[in-house]
Amino acid sequence: MSNLEDLYREIILDHYRSPRNRGELASPPAQRVEGFNPLCGDEIVVYLNVEDDVLVDIKLTGQGCSISQASSSMMSSAVKGKSLAQVREAITSFKQLMTVHATALQENGQPVEADLRALGELAALQGVVKFPVRIKCATLAWNTLSQGLDDLS
Amino acid sequence: MTSFDPRLVRHDIPLLERVINDHPITYLDSGATSLPPRAVIEAMSRYYELRHANVHRSVFQTASEATAAYEGARDATARFINAPGGAEEVVFTKNTTESFNLLAKSWGWANLHDGDVVLLSEMEHHANIVPWFQLREERGIDVRFIPVTDEFRLDLTNLDHLLNDVKLVSVTAMSNVLGTINPVKELAVAAHDVGALIAIDAAQSVAHGPTDVHDLDVDFVAFSGHKMLGPTGIGVFWTRELLLADMPPFLGGGGMIADVRLDGYTPASGPTRFEAGTPPIAEAVGLGAAIRYLDGLGMANVDKHEEELTRDALHRLEEQFAGRVRVIGPNNVTDRGAVISLDVEGVHAHDVAQVLDQFGVCVRPGHHCAKPLMRRFDLVATVRVSYGPYSLVQDTDVLLEALEHAIKMFG
Repeated sequence: MSNLEDLYREIILDHYRSPRNRGELASPPAQRVEGFNPLCGDEIVVYLNVEDDVLVDIKLTGQGCSISQASSSMMSSAVKGKSLAQVREAITSFKQLMTVHATALQENGQPVEADLRALGELAALQGVVKFPVRIKCATLAWNTLSQGLDDLS
Repeated sequence: MTSFDPRLVRHDIPLLERVINDHPITYLDSGATSLPPRAVIEAMSRYYELRHANVHRSVFQTASEATAAYEGARDATARFINAPGGAEEVVFTKNTTESFNLLAKSWGWANLHDGDVVLLSEMEHHANIVPWFQLREERGIDVRFIPVTDEFRLDLTNLDHLLNDVKLVSVTAMSNVLGTINPVKELAVAAHDVGALIAIDAAQSVAHGPTDVHDLDVDFVAFSGHKMLGPTGIGVFWTRELLLADMPPFLGGGGMIADVRLDGYTPASGPTRFEAGTPPIAEAVGLGAAIRYLDGLGMANVDKHEEELTRDALHRLEEQFAGRVRVIGPNNVTDRGAVISLDVEGVHAHDVAQVLDQFGVCVRPGHHCAKPLMRRFDLVATVRVSYGPYSLVQDTDVLLEALEHAIKMFG
């Protein structure tokens, strides 16, 4: 069962059962952006309040599996109150963590180690990369956030 | 004379020897793709080792053998579905999806115009929806849907009304989500009565029981090799010879022409008109081998075996999981195939499937490329269990035990 425990770490299940920053923000002024996971039909809506290049508030709604729900909850905790530059950095590091490298194509290939220090509790999601089909679940919220920032600028 | 013993079939499938997460594999995803027997894999290997050459061109010995093998597979396919006009009515495509694109973009483009209606059903796979929406944008046709009842059957009470202005009825013979087997013969009569033609998506049905296009009296049939123990990369489009002769070419290029000049081209006749470029030769050889293998089992035997598996699974799901797991599909085996979709109370399908994988159980979570149907029942995703000729009641034992763990973990 070690693999499964890698994927469903306690902190992930905790975010899944008690998601942070769940809800809506009045839009406008908040930026509202929708994301879809075409593989499983999961949907997410992200609301962003940005003032002076700082993401002062973020809320999320939607439905999905434990990985997508936990990842969006952890993301919201990680980026709330951060400067947009820091938010973009977090997006980049997280997506790096979720990248399948060519070595994974070999039998028993191991994922390339990522720099986990900058990621804090998000590092708990690193087990997802061993389950390539689930990567899209973990990155849905992040891609949607990234889309929202692009729409803003 | 055919003999059928699922335990013997099991021994023919190399993949079933695998151990996944310390458990022998329990393969319950045949609705997504079936597992090829050694006979199919070896036929393809032998082709590459001994006979590989391009078809229909060169005259050397191996090229003749390759052409004979490719055309032999076409003939085997025609016999398997009882095509009245034989091999000349069988077009090889990439998969069911490409077969539907061929139907919409060739026959549909030539025969459907502003105001014509294509009648689908709410339980169609996207492969039998999107090409028609694309044609709607290009041709101004209308696309209409036969509703699905709360009992997961086609609602045919208003069929007469639904058939107004319909030129083509295109429906699945067996739902890849619900397992529902649709009354194709009845629909064919109704379609023909109003002068319409009928196409069926046989992707699921062809692997689970006998298919007789002559008896069904349908006009177009689409299915894939890999769902009937064959390889990926090859699909089938069947239509009557007279209809095929009037269909304009689909993809252009080598192989599909009679002549090319500096001022234009003349397409070839027959199925090759729709097979531009080097075709999937090894895959056709594999499909031919799969058909021989299925003929050996006897499709009626496969049908009967899978019905027993379905009856047993539905019964035990009700007995052990009532109130916790809902079957999204008919609850009895009448007009129903061996595809069982489950909605597990309070647990997302992906999470269920992930826990099942720890027990070596392979199922499919998701919307199964049937989003309109999922919306109809207010679902985002289901866990789909699907059986094949090599499945055993013991597979269901493992499934139910793993399901209990999944519910415990997230419940």
